[in-house]
Amino acid sequence: MATETNTRVREIHVDDITKKVAELCEQAAHVLPDDVVAGLRRAERSERSPLAKQVLVELLENVDISKREMIPLCQDTGTTVVMAEVGQDVHIVGGSLRDAINAGVGKGYTEGYLRASIVDHPFSTRVNTKNNTPAVIHAEIVPGDGFHLTVVPKGGGCENMTKFQIMLPGRGKEGITEFVLRTIEESGGNPCPPLVVGVGVGGSSEYAMFLAKKAITRRVGEASADEETAQFERELLEKVNALGVGPQAVGGTNTAMAVNIETYPTHITSLPVAVNLQCHSARSKHADL
Amino acid sequence: MSLVKQDGEIRLSPPLTDEDVAQLRVGDHVKFYGTMYTSRDAAHRRIIAAIGEGKPLPYPLEGQIIYYVGPSPARPGRVAGSAGPTTSMRLDPYTPPLLARGLKAIIGKGGRGSEVKKALQQHKAVYLIAIGGAGALLSKTIKQLDVIAYEDLGTESVKKLEVEGFPAIVCCDMYGGDLLLEGKEQYRDQAVLGDYVSVPPAEKAG
Repeated sequence: MATETNTRVREIHVDDITKKVAELCEQAAHVLPDDVVAGLRRAERSERSPLAKQVLVELLENVDISKREMIPLCQDTGTTVVMAEVGQDVHIVGGSLRDAINAGVGKGYTEGYLRASIVDHPFSTRVNTKNNTPAVIHAEIVPGDGFHLTVVPKGGGCENMTKFQIMLPGRGKEGITEFVLRTIEESGGNPCPPLVVGVGVGGSSEYAMFLAKKAITRRVGEASADEETAQFERELLEKVNALGVGPQAVGGTNTAMAVNIETYPTHITSLPVAVNLQCHSARSKHADL
Repeated sequence: MSLVKQDGEIRLSPPLTDEDVAQLRVGDHVKFYGTMYTSRDAAHRRIIAAIGEGKPLPYPLEGQIIYYVGPSPARPGRVAGSAGPTTSMRLDPYTPPLLARGLKAIIGKGGRGSEVKKALQQHKAVYLIAIGGAGALLSKTIKQLDVIAYEDLGTESVKKLEVEGFPAIVCCDMYGGDLLLEGKEQYRDQAVLGDYVSVPPAEKAG
């Protein structure tokens, strides 16, 4: 007998994708994920600066008001980054995946009263596209017939503080530590600490950056599955919080809620390191279709 | 006088005077009552151009307050959408000419460069931070919002806000104090940081 192969294909209609993306955009803007709220609570309990503690109390109050009254957590509802993990046994019908996602973003931002922050002709006229499209879309083909969507509204204040460097391979942990600390210290209050720090190490230049972005979508408080990486995450978090920057950079002992590192094998000559910062309003929503 | 100390809080209402500003120190919590004007990057570029061409400005600067904000759209029946501060550093190049024309208070988030800090001292003005990312909480203090200029800029248009109890913290006072630098120094733990040393801002600029 020949080995059995799966010849069944699951169909997903683009209208269902559009509807789901719109829902995720609206939810993400108003409801902070539980793990992030828990991270803010831990920060509030442990904070040594009275002023910083007060900032954290008000941020938690903001979380409640946003959810209760449907006022976005932050006026900057971001560049909409959409990550789609598409099973190889899925057939998308009724139109293009990219158009379906963008239609969902346009619907979610318009009907949800979310701020349109995207401009076309970025180096010249910078004309607002009025509905926050196009989204930045990363689609990955994965085994199976699942379809997993992640919507990350990424604010400008923190995204603008992104750094990338290709280090000499021997720089290792020491080089990465210095780079991460300097990036965070020099960003000060701009990225709205307490942060979720995403670090992508390895691969090629663009892939390291993608890994850093993926890292900020990992749940706050969930360590890397790799023990060596998890240990480095703990060391880095302790050091970041020793910088003294604190919530909103008013000075304090909670500059980050988490440091998440994602790695990938890389070239013998290279050590690419990307640092992507996520603000305390670390919004993301997931769904399976 | 537009500064009042009441129930343990400092209340500010425009127009602000040199004497009002002189009473404010780094770390003070204040609450704003009354009018403030919004301007961000695109509006600042137009205001600076108008100053250069000797054209009228969209709002008076003397004794006034600018808030760096681009709110999200209001739901029907609401005054304002989410309305937290944006990064102030981007507005640094445009700020000294406005301070020279009598602007007394600016509200944003994050630190300011040395040129702005010098201008705050020279013209007796103050820079405050509102809590970045607390847009829902801050929205509740906005009682009226009117677009008064540059409507084509959408969220970046100039708006006149009427606020009640809008909270902010003094970050840079007219004495050269800087909350962010002082706060960081106080809570920094060099023993944990080991070999890591900061690059002083002056060296970077040079």
